[in-house]
Amino acid sequence: MAEPAPPVTARIQLAHGGGGTLMQQLIDAELRRLYADPDQVLHDAARLSLPHGRLAFTTDSYVVQPLEFEGGDIGSLAVTGTANDLAMAGARPLVLSLGLILEEGLELAVLRRIVSSMVEAARHCGVTIVTGDTKVVERGKGDGAFLNTSGIGLLQVDDPIDPLAIAPGDQLLVSGDLGRHGVAILAARHGLDLQPPLASDCMPLWPAVEALLAAGVRLHCLRDLTRGGLASALQELAAPNALELQIKEACLPVAEPVRRTCELLGFDPLHLANEGRFLAVVPEADRQRALEVLGPAGGAWIGLVAAGPPRGRVLLRTPYGSERVLVPLSGELLPRIC
Amino acid sequence: MSAPLAATAEVAAVRELAQELAAITTRPWTLMEVCGGQTHAIVRWGLDQLLPPGLRLIHGPGCPVCVTPAATIDAARSLARRPEVILCSYGDMLRVPGSAADGGPGDLLGVRAEGGDVRLLTSPLEALALARRHPDRQVVFLAVGFETTAPATALLVRQAMAAGAANLSLLAAHVRVPPAMAAILAAEGNQVQGFLAAGHVCAVMGTTELEQLADRHGVPVVVSGFEPLDLMRGLVACVRLLERGEARVANAYGRVVRQQGNPAARGLLESVFEPVDRPWRGFGVIPGGGLGLRVPFRRLEAGARFPDLPGGRAAAPEPAGVCISGAILQGRARPMDCPAFGSTCTPEHPLGAPMVSSEGACAAYHRYGRRG
Repeated sequence: MAEPAPPVTARIQLAHGGGGTLMQQLIDAELRRLYADPDQVLHDAARLSLPHGRLAFTTDSYVVQPLEFEGGDIGSLAVTGTANDLAMAGARPLVLSLGLILEEGLELAVLRRIVSSMVEAARHCGVTIVTGDTKVVERGKGDGAFLNTSGIGLLQVDDPIDPLAIAPGDQLLVSGDLGRHGVAILAARHGLDLQPPLASDCMPLWPAVEALLAAGVRLHCLRDLTRGGLASALQELAAPNALELQIKEACLPVAEPVRRTCELLGFDPLHLANEGRFLAVVPEADRQRALEVLGPAGGAWIGLVAAGPPRGRVLLRTPYGSERVLVPLSGELLPRIC
Repeated sequence: MSAPLAATAEVAAVRELAQELAAITTRPWTLMEVCGGQTHAIVRWGLDQLLPPGLRLIHGPGCPVCVTPAATIDAARSLARRPEVILCSYGDMLRVPGSAADGGPGDLLGVRAEGGDVRLLTSPLEALALARRHPDRQVVFLAVGFETTAPATALLVRQAMAAGAANLSLLAAHVRVPPAMAAILAAEGNQVQGFLAAGHVCAVMGTTELEQLADRHGVPVVVSGFEPLDLMRGLVACVRLLERGEARVANAYGRVVRQQGNPAARGLLESVFEPVDRPWRGFGVIPGGGLGLRVPFRRLEAGARFPDLPGGRAAAPEPAGVCISGAILQGRARPMDCPAFGSTCTPEHPLGAPMVSSEGACAAYHRYGRRG
């Protein structure tokens, strides 16, 4: 049965991307507040005055479904995710660009909420959005909204934070408990009524990285745990360096509701996505200092690095004393989640 | 707020049971855990590494997705190609290869890629909702599962009959577990000396059928759950029975399973379904191995709605080739015995059903890093 036609002004129309008056209205009414300097929107390119130093530059696209979920939405993900990628390079996030691809028919109220959450996320992350672009695609050719953000950050470390710096003897820590974002998305997508609702862990990572640096922790590597979860991050670090990452499963922080939901749905918390957690690899001498920084927010030591076979591997010691090799997530019907 | 993956008391209990198992095992025994969910837990938690030498576990056929015959998948694929049909089933079923005689990747997702309307359900009643939303289409539900899920399908059947739904039919491939256990025991070269039976099946059906099986074949059968502690309890109970030479049923899953099962669910199942002979993938026809619709409900069968449907009931030849899923389903081989395992057969490109299903043995071995 066809739904009654909504008032035309309540939804995105193709003309909102057409460069005419409707587009100008959209920018003025909805998008201008994204920009710290509203006059920037008048220019074709942002003019930046950046501090002297070495810069980091990154880009990421966001196609999450549903657009809104407990604890966040595609807007907060797009701002926080790109700022976090900069933080993982040891860079303080400074400025972002924002590309919006909207689908004809998207409710303006939804867009308004997404924009509000981007404004708030930018404030949280300490970044300013300096340039942007908006396009509208025909109904059925997008998924409500696709976002792209690129970001520039100022590097705050002398030695590169790089997987190649990882060495046997290094210690592995996570900055908080695992899987909340994945469960929040699954719950929103499948209509699971989790009581109490479980919010995404989406949050800026730079403050924790900055605190680690301030405490004098030498960071051999940082990796944010997004798609594929901790399992994929560990795998990516083990392989290029022929390392064996030895994980103690009993030490992995997993909140009780996440664990219960995983049992119910047959997921492994190690494979669930996060949007506000990272893995830190530090030398053994810095383990305690790193734990003092990360511990109060739920961070934990989870294992250590040893020399491994040529293609590397991740070895998980179960609480029962048995061992298994951890492999990346594969072959499952998990729709996209970030 | 956060907790380690397994609570400490449970870990201690599992380790104690492992010690007890070592203490009571005086000679080699070979046990089969029937259900794929149990296989996954064993491999996931490495429980087989905690067993005394000589105590061997072989993995049973307990995955309804895996044992659905290729001919049934072929029938579903041919239905899904019809423009008027919406073919729906559970997620794993969409990726199981059929006989591939009709080209393409051989699974239902392949038909979807060609333009067929194939949809994923999480509960059978969604099929009736689909039929109501699309009165101009024919909704076909590929219904698979053990006695565990059959009551939910039975409920769908009853509601569809009551609603007089003329555009909903079933490709019913429900199977019964005890006849398959009997077939394993009767097979030449059988090594299974005792069973860990599937707790969720018993939660519906009770233990009567298993008592007959234990009597008739002289093997102990222990009703077991799916958590590490449940499985260790099941193993201890089964080895105790074997060591004493007692061939009877024990219930190591008493917190869930009662002797009479769940009378309401069982009554619903038995009011709609009756035992029929049914081919199991990897086994051939198992007498009484399936559940067929009783006469009053047969007009809901896809075969009645689509008389020209190729016979989904016949034991069509299984796909030939390197895949040894038949031997794996019967417990005669392990996933790494297969030359294709992990090389040409992966969860992304499965050659056989045990690599597809979330309860398949090959998928468990692959997912939990048992590669060598």
